Amino acid sequence: MIKKIHEQLKNGEVTSVDLVKGYLGVIKEKDQLLGAFLSVREEQALRTAELVDEKITQGHEIEMLEGIPFAAKDNMNVAGEEVTCASKALEGYKAPYDATVIARLKEMGAVLVGKTNMDEFAMGASTETSAYKKTKNPHDTSRVPGGSSGGSTVAVASGEVVWALGSDTGGSIRQPAGFCGIVGLKPTYGRVSRYGLIAMASSCDQIGPLTNTVEDAAIVLSAISGEDKMDATSAQSPAKDYTKFLTGEMSGVRIGVPRAFVDAEGVDAGIRERFEQAVEKFRGLGARVEDIELPYAKYALPVYYIIIPSEVSSNMARFDGIRFGLSVSGENVTDGYFKTRAAGLGAEVKRRVMLGTYALSAGYYDAYYKKAQKVRSLIRRDFEEAYKKVDLVLTPTSPEVAFPFGSKTEDPLKMYLSDIFTVTANMAGVPAISFPIGTSKDNGVDLPVGGQLMGKWFDEENLLRVADAYERN
Amino acid sequence: MLTKEEVEHIAELARIELTQEETTKYQKDLSSILAYFEQLQEIDTNNVEPIGHITGMTNMYREDREEEFGDLGRKEIMENVPDTKDNFIRVKAVL
Repeated sequence: MIKKIHEQLKNGEVTSVDLVKGYLGVIKEKDQLLGAFLSVREEQALRTAELVDEKITQGHEIEMLEGIPFAAKDNMNVAGEEVTCASKALEGYKAPYDATVIARLKEMGAVLVGKTNMDEFAMGASTETSAYKKTKNPHDTSRVPGGSSGGSTVAVASGEVVWALGSDTGGSIRQPAGFCGIVGLKPTYGRVSRYGLIAMASSCDQIGPLTNTVEDAAIVLSAISGEDKMDATSAQSPAKDYTKFLTGEMSGVRIGVPRAFVDAEGVDAGIRERFEQAVEKFRGLGARVEDIELPYAKYALPVYYIIIPSEVSSNMARFDGIRFGLSVSGENVTDGYFKTRAAGLGAEVKRRVMLGTYALSAGYYDAYYKKAQKVRSLIRRDFEEAYKKVDLVLTPTSPEVAFPFGSKTEDPLKMYLSDIFTVTANMAGVPAISFPIGTSKDNGVDLPVGGQLMGKWFDEENLLRVADAYERN
Repeated sequence: MLTKEEVEHIAELARIELTQEETTKYQKDLSSILAYFEQLQEIDTNNVEPIGHITGMTNMYREDREEEFGDLGRKEIMENVPDTKDNFIRVKAVL
């Protein structure tokens, strides 16, 4: 889709200003109902578009994403503009600098039209923990879009923007992509700079694209990846043009299905059916699909929910009301911390901060955090073993389709189980993509089903190539 | 089940003021999540090293040189501070 729009801009069939105005019109028409955006920056977007049009008129070459409207999750810094993480704790906070991804995209002339809703500080799987608004699934507005990148996903799925940026710590790009029927890519940990992404869990957070097609995901990844001196954990590997690897061919690729893991209880019948059809389609396209063992994969979820809250409790310590954000005065400094955090942080954030504080506290560290990091080694080893035999691992993205609002908010554990297949990739650090594999009926409504492919560390090439070939055929 | 006192102690460490209602809720929530973690105890992790960095990166160093930032970012950062005096951050007396 991006390539086609790029050609139209280049050939003068459409101007960037008209394109941006068109998408802003869709936002005006639909977003009252869908609630994907927390803020829309019409003026700045049109100004960027005008500059791009001038450049085209003067006969200059333009970049692939230049002049094309996109949205970013509201946990990425845009200099001088509000960034809330959908939390009351950051209401009114203005980012002092651009996130590296935003800086790169600005330099390319990509047109940021707004910031999108999310679970508060990216903690959630339904976008319901946002302190500001509900975001609705465009396929059935009584259902959640998934999360935490629910706003970015809906913005793309409903045609409010051409593509969007999300962040993924345990499935926050892939799970909503699956729920809304689009493509979501979580790159290898370190592939994309996290500088200027407000941290949730630093050892797992990764920025990635939400797009209509796999090719679009490859285009966006090419634009945002690469080493960044400002993020010491960013990988020292040069940015590549990932579209070059999209051959439309997957003949001979070896795909492993962790059968025991996929067949575990709790996967909807409709999802299993679509999944088995997808397996057959991969076979039909020349892939060699075989069953594999990932014995420790089932422990990825408990490991995740120890490691993430631990890192969360540390990352959230900065919200003390002294240097930025909401500040509630107390009798003394310490009392102010208690009151500020009670007022600024939502229920799920508090829950994770407390869980992490407990897991890291004296006497429990070995039993929880250290144990979890050891099991994480075993999960990584599982993948190392699997990748001796296969190139990619295939699972459903989620065990269920998009669920109705409020159906899991009372039971945090139930909400966490929505991440069962996606967290594995974050625990192992591998790249993973969710792509549509059909629909499944739930209560009479056809809802999208996502398939997930996981690749080898830093092998986004094969991941994108195979997902693209599946999508094209 | 975590006791009320245990939840209050955790909240104290986390610097979060809880209402009675929240304390009761977190008692239940945290206990059920901690019970879910129990399954990890069945795994033998003797002789397993904990993960440090997931793709195996070690010790990244920045260049060892001095940088002069001057007033770069000062205005933008200070504008976000809730309480200031003479361009300093003001806090209540600590001692």
